[in-house]
Amino acid sequence: MATKACDLPFRKETFRDDFTFRNSPETIKRAPFPFDKDSYMYAVNMELHKDGRAGTAFENPFDVDEHYVAEMQDRALVLNEDPLRCQSLPHMKLAGWDVLELLMTHKASSYPEWFSLTRDGNQWHWINRPMGIDQKFTFGDETTLPYEPLEYITRQAQGDFCVLDERDGNLWMDAGIVTTQADWSLDFDIGMNFFEWHAPVPLAHEKGIFTRALKYLLTIQQGNPARRLNWTMTVNPRLDTSPENYHVWGPENIQITPENVGEKLFLRIELQSFWRLPRSNAMLFPIRCYLLSMQDLSTVPKWATRMHRVLQTLPPEIASYKGLDGYRDIAIEWLSQFDNGAPTSSGSYPD
Amino acid sequence: MSSPATIDVIVTHVVNVNSLIKRFHFARLDGQPLPAFSGGAHIIVEMQDGENRRRTPYSLMSSPLDTDDYQISVRRDDQGRGGSLYMHQQVKTGMQMRIGYPTNLFSLDKRAPKHLMFAGGIGITPFLAQIKQLIATNGNFELHYSVRNQELGAYINELAQTIGNRLHTYYDDKEQRIAFDTLLSTQPAGTHVYVCGPTPMIEHVLKRTAALGWPKVHVHYEHFAKALPGEPFTVQLQASNKTVEVGENESMLEAMEAAGVDAPYLCRGGACGQCETNVIEHNGTLLHEDHWLDENERVSGKKIMPCVSRFCGTQLVLDR
Ligand code: FES
Repeated sequence: MATKACDLPFRKETFRDDFTFRNSPETIKRAPFPFDKDSYMYAVNMELHKDGRAGTAFENPFDVDEHYVAEMQDRALVLNEDPLRCQSLPHMKLAGWDVLELLMTHKASSYPEWFSLTRDGNQWHWINRPMGIDQKFTFGDETTLPYEPLEYITRQAQGDFCVLDERDGNLWMDAGIVTTQADWSLDFDIGMNFFEWHAPVPLAHEKGIFTRALKYLLTIQQGNPARRLNWTMTVNPRLDTSPENYHVWGPENIQITPENVGEKLFLRIELQSFWRLPRSNAMLFPIRCYLLSMQDLSTVPKWATRMHRVLQTLPPEIASYKGLDGYRDIAIEWLSQFDNGAPTSSGSYPD
Repeated sequence: MSSPATIDVIVTHVVNVNSLIKRFHFARLDGQPLPAFSGGAHIIVEMQDGENRRRTPYSLMSSPLDTDDYQISVRRDDQGRGGSLYMHQQVKTGMQMRIGYPTNLFSLDKRAPKHLMFAGGIGITPFLAQIKQLIATNGNFELHYSVRNQELGAYINELAQTIGNRLHTYYDDKEQRIAFDTLLSTQPAGTHVYVCGPTPMIEHVLKRTAALGWPKVHVHYEHFAKALPGEPFTVQLQASNKTVEVGENESMLEAMEAAGVDAPYLCRGGACGQCETNVIEHNGTLLHEDHWLDENERVSGKKIMPCVSRFCGTQLVLDR
């Protein structure tokens, strides 16, 4: 029986203007909280991206949650204003098809009630029920899709996607779609290698983090995807905090007050995963963003305590790089009400 | 990071290509499609040879887009540790085996305006897959293929049919030689060179491209060292708190695995660097057989690649 659109558990909400984005209590609890201790420092914190715990954001390789449809609408708005948010250098065509196949097959097997893929040789039939899409096309033939394959499928997948070509023992950012980024620009970074696009990160170079991370990434093969978590903070649940739009979101950074910090300040978690693509031998680097307000965090006592301690002990260079200076003290003060000084349990899952 | 993921397969055909080479075809045991791959990729084939579990890399030669049928070609090596003999003598149609996911350490540069390929003997196999990929994407390439004699020139007829005058063959027994210097001096700007074959051929191409000013990043080679048989020795694994005997016909990596140590690897041919292990102390000679460690690292005596290298002496302690 066909699912009616109104039965689907996706929220109607916005990530701009009136900011009607909210997390349900279930969505808060399944978030990939990034701190496994009470302090934070850069590290090559990679692990295999498999065996996800049920009821967490790691359960499926490409997580779909209640924000799916609204996020895709926000992406369409961004692309409409700025088509350069999706780019692909000419030699990345094959990689685009690899990405399409990877996302379609995983979505269909993880969420059969929402997505289906039927393949007869190169004749493919894709159904995306939440977005009301029913598409027959020929795999490998761009003219049978409304967009290039990379753009087509990532307009239907939460998170940003960078596609990295491997050459000369390095990774090159040669294609991607980036509309939910934490202050970096695909248009600026396209064609750069791994070290060039990480150049602005303080302390990490000194620690040799990137050399080791690159070495690890290059050994990732099909069948063995890896992941890591990264984080920053954002004022308002805005997905598109791009440098191109700084004039829109930059001024919001000084609007945090002790009264509004609970609702207006968000922990922005990036679940980054790394996939070797089969035909192109390129690497797919999805960056999936989860937003939790300080208020959301306070519903999980362990997380609120830990957030408090992480912000308190964060090295100033890292706080500045992440852009937290305008509200860090206010957030620490507000979070202190949840920190009774007792030790927290190990690991990052809620108690 | 733990060992690469594996796939259970069934041997669907075994074909005699010539007096030294057999071709093996694999399909997935569960009937699902195999992963697509890129030209130049290899798979690790697991063989349970009596007591010994071997894992040997072989280049995939089938079309990277064919997900129903993986093909490899194995040249019989009567002097080796027995991996190729096992494949030739024990592996039959219908047998169940286990392989690793495809891994590519010999990838085409997709931006190159032209690909110049040099193959020697069984080194032809990765090129067979790359050529299928290049034909599908209208790539510009030229293959120079050197073989001992007509009988041992595997796949020459098939190649002649599909790529016509882009194939150039050279027969040793007719004293035909690839004119490397001429070819390397007359290529359009931006050409990439690929070589796979016997060690002297690879070394020659590396030397000549360097002398002729080719940028290093335009020169690609597939250089699997073979784990050679050798004198048995003992290795102490400090982190796992184990002492392991390495037999004459097994590699140090295989001996560690047999002892239940989950040691990292990717190529098992001394090429990828994944198995690099710190030497804590030793009192003999490290017999380096890899293509990974540089000269300084070798003399330092502080690193070893257990997939191919061995040891001569009475005490070797590794950080594993
Ligand atoms: S496994 Fe690749 S060098 Fe040893």
